[in-house]
Amino acid sequence: MNIPIEHQLLLAGILFIIGLTGLLVRRNLLFMLMSLELMMNSAGLVFVIAGAYLNQPDGQVMFIFILAVAAAEVSVALALVILMHKHFKNLNTKNLNLLK
Amino acid sequence: MNNIFYISAIVAIISSLMVITRRNAIHALLYLVLSLLSVAGIFYSLGAAYAAIMEIIIYAGAIVILFVFVVMMLNISQSLKEEKLSTSLKYWIIPTILALILIGEFVYALFKKNAIVSTISAIGAKEVGITMFSTYLIVVELAGVLLLAGIVGAYHLGRTKKRNLHRYNLPANSVEEGDKKPNDSIFSD
Amino acid sequence: MLQLLWLVPALPFLGFIILILFGKFLSKKIQAIIGSGSVGLSALIVLLIGSEFLKLQGNAQYSQNLWTWFTISNFTTIIGLHLDSLSLVFIFVITFVGFLIHVYSIEYMNNEEGYSRFFAYMNLFIGSMITLVLADNLLLMYLGWEGVGLCSYLLIGFFYKDPANNYAARKAFIVTRIGDTALLIGLILIFTKFGTLDLQTIMNNAPATIALGSNLALTVCLLLVGGAVGKSAQLPLQVWLPDAMAGPTPVSALIHAATMVTAGVYLIARTHFIFVLSPLAMSIVATIGALTLLIAGVSALFQYDIKRVLAYSTISQIGYMFLAMGVGAWSAGIFHFMIHAFFKALLFLAAGAVILALHHEQNMFNMGGLRKKLPVIFWTFLIGSASLAALPLITAGFFSKDSILWFAYSSIYGSIWFWLAGFVGAFITAVYSFRMVFIVFFGEAKTQVHYQPGIIMILPLIILAFFAIFGGFIQLPENIGHIAIFSTLIEKTLPHIFLKTVKVHEWIFQILSAIVSIIGVYFAYLIFLKKSVSASIPGLVQQYFLSGWNFDKLYDILFVKPFIKISEFTKPDRIDRYLDSFGELFNDLGKVVAIIQNGRLNWYLTGIIAGLIIVITLLIYL
Repeated sequence: MNIPIEHQLLLAGILFIIGLTGLLVRRNLLFMLMSLELMMNSAGLVFVIAGAYLNQPDGQVMFIFILAVAAAEVSVALALVILMHKHFKNLNTKNLNLLK
Repeated sequence: MNNIFYISAIVAIISSLMVITRRNAIHALLYLVLSLLSVAGIFYSLGAAYAAIMEIIIYAGAIVILFVFVVMMLNISQSLKEEKLSTSLKYWIIPTILALILIGEFVYALFKKNAIVSTISAIGAKEVGITMFSTYLIVVELAGVLLLAGIVGAYHLGRTKKRNLHRYNLPANSVEEGDKKPNDSIFSD
Repeated sequence: MLQLLWLVPALPFLGFIILILFGKFLSKKIQAIIGSGSVGLSALIVLLIGSEFLKLQGNAQYSQNLWTWFTISNFTTIIGLHLDSLSLVFIFVITFVGFLIHVYSIEYMNNEEGYSRFFAYMNLFIGSMITLVLADNLLLMYLGWEGVGLCSYLLIGFFYKDPANNYAARKAFIVTRIGDTALLIGLILIFTKFGTLDLQTIMNNAPATIALGSNLALTVCLLLVGGAVGKSAQLPLQVWLPDAMAGPTPVSALIHAATMVTAGVYLIARTHFIFVLSPLAMSIVATIGALTLLIAGVSALFQYDIKRVLAYSTISQIGYMFLAMGVGAWSAGIFHFMIHAFFKALLFLAAGAVILALHHEQNMFNMGGLRKKLPVIFWTFLIGSASLAALPLITAGFFSKDSILWFAYSSIYGSIWFWLAGFVGAFITAVYSFRMVFIVFFGEAKTQVHYQPGIIMILPLIILAFFAIFGGFIQLPENIGHIAIFSTLIEKTLPHIFLKTVKVHEWIFQILSAIVSIIGVYFAYLIFLKKSVSASIPGLVQQYFLSGWNFDKLYDILFVKPFIKISEFTKPDRIDRYLDSFGELFNDLGKVVAIIQNGRLNWYLTGIIAGLIIVITLLIYL
């Protein structure tokens, strides 16, 4: 039951960084969204860790909200993915280069 | 409990690595599910059973399903060719370096002080519920509004334009404009 | 009657406006009438004003304040006219001689194009010159100064289709511009010392504000002299006047003989109260006059174009006026101005009649034997040349030039060298003026007379000839008749001359002047009429004097060529490009930085993460 908090936080950090790497590397929008999910998941993990460390339920409450945000964000993002596919016929982000 | 934590941690890390390196979308999604499940296990080992349940039901059970739907709809497998290029070294080198730097900094930052050992007690759904609906009531309502916005946005973005159907001018045996042409996915026009 | 003073400049300006705006709608006769009528009316008004003015006693002056020009903080400039004896003499000469020249040009310019434009410019010139003379503050005088400069440019380049005329006009304008700049700096200096540019105020405060013989007085005087030298074509800015003969002959008569070139003389006379505070400046003025009269006189001796002889002669005679001003003989200088206006205008107009009669032939050596064919012109030209050569006693020129020579020696600022320069100059003047007479009117005819000038051209000649003889009798020296009408008039405004005690009497100088002019005439007679003395000069010497002592070439080497070199050097904008290169450097740096803004999502994300790393590093280690 006694897990050092550094280990917990380190785990969350590693998951976050893995998600970050995926975000930077992948060209396909869908995979980038998946990496984004990983990152959000790790952020929620940090909240739960904090809540458990302080023995308060607030951490889990925050986690629920993060879940809600992730859900809304995923739905809108996937709608955008569909639109992009309709327009470009592929999901490569090198087509999204007009913001320069 | 310690062991559960560490084993779940290792599974989470490995499956996350697999998520970002797969070429097939469905494979990546399955590994994502696995990663989410192992994080749920970590939650449970920390005493946050409610969060674990929520993670499995909502995250792995709804959000990833959305991904799967989109993958199936868009026939993503056709973009495998580009994905082959993206696993070459020159795309990986800079993000890997940045990631390693970040990990190093995290490690350094976290292990500067002495280890603080804490006791973990289980926090159940009852306390979470009470807190959510008393202290954080407004945030709950806002989350509801946010989800509403998400729904409306997703609907609007995904809508197709109404087709022009002037049926009364056309002869009886002509093809109508609204008809679907064969061997195309639903949303190609 | 005196309150009609404002009409004197206003009528020519009105004539200018009418002719410029409506000139091409009017018939030639109306154009002529408006053109000369405006000046004629001004002359009439001047006569009326003059007769009333001369009845005033004491230090007579009349000021007329027309309106305020502008006010800047506490500096106010008004358009005001100030009439005193000096300006009365000047406006008399300007309007009277101007009117005669306008009448003459009715016939002279009859066959040229741009008839109304000519009269418009001439009217503008007369208006500006009167403004210059009647101005009661230096700024209004400068306005008139610039106006006459402009009209000089417009009129020299009147036949604008020939680029040589445009070049001559530009040369005149640029050279006088140098003088104008010096004058402006002088005006600004005066303003900083006196706080105003009103002439009466400056005159009253001058001895208190500027110390006698100080550097300030010298500087102000030299700057004013710079302006005068430019406008009056004296050393070193005399190069523009011979080339200005490219304009029509009435223009040369009016502007470059009678009026504009005397603006410098007027300036020095008007600001005499500053000049008397710096004896060194006065000596410099006299020296400039003396040197110029010699240089120009010798150059006139070698010219073959009749108008260029008269141009150099003008430069030389104004040198006499400067000499007079420089030794303090103010009224003698003004007297010589008036007489010179008469006979020089006469000479130019007569020369114009000859040129027109021989169908635009200007080379004297292609003329000859015109005495019989053009008798009236011959007699008037002879009278004019006699006055120029200062033939004793019978011409007005003798009295005016002789008094200058006497004062050049006997004034407290004078010296024997000034007298000697004037004396030698008188000899040279006599030689070249009668050289003209003998070559043009005697000998065998080389070109046939092709046109007889009409009465409109002849009548002004006769009137001017009359004044060239009898105009001198209003001012006779003490030992000959002692009529001092003119000097008393002028000395109401300008100071009386102070003479030093000399051992030699005046009549010796008068006899010497008389003898030298007669000898000069005889000399010219021997060389050019009887041809008994050969006057062959080596070609190089002849070319040197013909070109006016090669001043043009000197200025070309000193100023024009270096300026062109510098312009060529900066033509590819070296300095600009060098300074621009700094800006270009940053522009290029910006282009390099802009590469990272390529719109690619992965680039942006990488940038964000890199920034995040830097921030986290800072947070950890600080």
